[in-house]
Amino acid sequence: MELAEAKEKIVEALTKKAKSKSKFYFNDLSKILELKPREAKKLVNKLVEDGVLEYWSSGSTTMYGLSGTGKQAGAEHED
Amino acid sequence: MAKHKTPLLDQLESGPWPSFVSDMKQEAAVRAKNEKNIEYQIPQDAVEDLLGVLELSYTDGTTHWKHGGIVGVFGYGGGVIGRYCDQPEMFPGVAHFHTMRVAQPAGKFYKTDFLKNLCDLWDFRGSGLTNMHGSTGDIILLGTTTPQLEEIFYELTHKFNQDLGGSGSNLRTPADCIGEARCEYACYDTQDLCHTLTQEYQDELHRPAFPYKFKFKFDGCPNCCVASIARSDMSFIGTWKDDIRIDQDAVAGYVNGDFPPNGGAHAGRDWGAFDIEKEVVGLCPTECMKYEDGKLEINNKECTRCMHCINVMPRALRPGKEKGCSILCGAKAPILDGAQMGSLLVPFIEVNKEDGYAAIKEVIEAIWDYWMEEGKNRERLGELMKRQGFQKLLEATDIKPVPQHVQEPRTNPYIFWKEEEVEGGWTRDVNEYRKNHLR
Repeated sequence: MELAEAKEKIVEALTKKAKSKSKFYFNDLSKILELKPREAKKLVNKLVEDGVLEYWSSGSTTMYGLSGTGKQAGAEHED
Repeated sequence: MAKHKTPLLDQLESGPWPSFVSDMKQEAAVRAKNEKNIEYQIPQDAVEDLLGVLELSYTDGTTHWKHGGIVGVFGYGGGVIGRYCDQPEMFPGVAHFHTMRVAQPAGKFYKTDFLKNLCDLWDFRGSGLTNMHGSTGDIILLGTTTPQLEEIFYELTHKFNQDLGGSGSNLRTPADCIGEARCEYACYDTQDLCHTLTQEYQDELHRPAFPYKFKFKFDGCPNCCVASIARSDMSFIGTWKDDIRIDQDAVAGYVNGDFPPNGGAHAGRDWGAFDIEKEVVGLCPTECMKYEDGKLEINNKECTRCMHCINVMPRALRPGKEKGCSILCGAKAPILDGAQMGSLLVPFIEVNKEDGYAAIKEVIEAIWDYWMEEGKNRERLGELMKRQGFQKLLEATDIKPVPQHVQEPRTNPYIFWKEEEVEGGWTRDVNEYRKNHLR
């Protein structure tokens, strides 16, 4: 899968759910991409590098979200 | 004069042990005086406010920290844990107070100038408070603000030749015992294996794509000084295949009292004369030893590598020569389902530096592929093993069941036949069967 296609799929799926949910597990993303985890990882990492996605970590678990979405960004004054 | 009154914390200092409260007060006082004229990059009174918020938590019986965040350094999904105080106006010094995990060197070998420089960096750009070391083994730097993160990361990687450690759904910073550097029991070079795998799996360490945390730990021998068997998803414990080496003259030396047992440990009181029957032979968990006519014998086939006899008489007994490691999987702390010890997956595997530990990497990667595909969100490997059964792990790693996989006969019969493995499958001719077996 090309990066552009992956970006489109992820942005579309995450935007659709944005009202109820802003953070997603890695498994959710690989399901959206319909790829095996290792292949999905390469694309997801690229999307983080490009600033499309961002990591959110509790310290024990890591989740992904569209950059700048959710309460966190505003609440932490990181935006 | 302290910024906040802390009567409950003060009480913690009254016990017989050194108190972290005293340490924090000391650091708060040093920062207030600032005799070194440090240009503190985070609030000078951060530690005062940390004491204040902790006192408030004791008063309220609740935490005032918000958990987690989006902070990190560019390209890394771990190593920084966002921490925010939910009373920022009362305690502005710790409004943003992130934790950084820094990978510790293999075996935790440091030079003093490294530690001094690290402390100087942390005094300058952080709270000055450290935790040496966290449970995972990392150097934990407690408390800094977001703008400092990239600065600290740059210094660490460019001047200290040190990297951030793992956090979140990553491979966590691999940890090992001191191994062959100081210990004659080590059955493989724990530091080399730990360091090599840390370098090899940089992507897994820094870019989270696992269902949850994953820990490697390396113990050079079954004494398990880093407790890998209890707290790592994959534990590598040094072992040997052949017989324990016995020096009968040295055994006689222990019996005659020429050498102190246990290398002189526990010498604080008089335990009486050394009794090999009571202190060694009688304590062997598999009863595989005997001492007759001044000669010690070991039935090595029954030995479970408990290390007790070797620990008591290190001059007389040594691990065998054919060394390698065992791999155990699935240990974890009790967040869900209770604590779990590791289950033995590979009884013996070669630890071969020459080929870059190819055999070990093969097992690791097969396990990751399995867990990444089958593991639920926030499910540790040990929980997946429990949910799907040990047999699935064996299939995923292409390892044949062996007797060592069974803890005790008939208590964990997790190996089930499959139809294709049984001659004739599950179908049978009932009439043929009834000829010999009445209803």
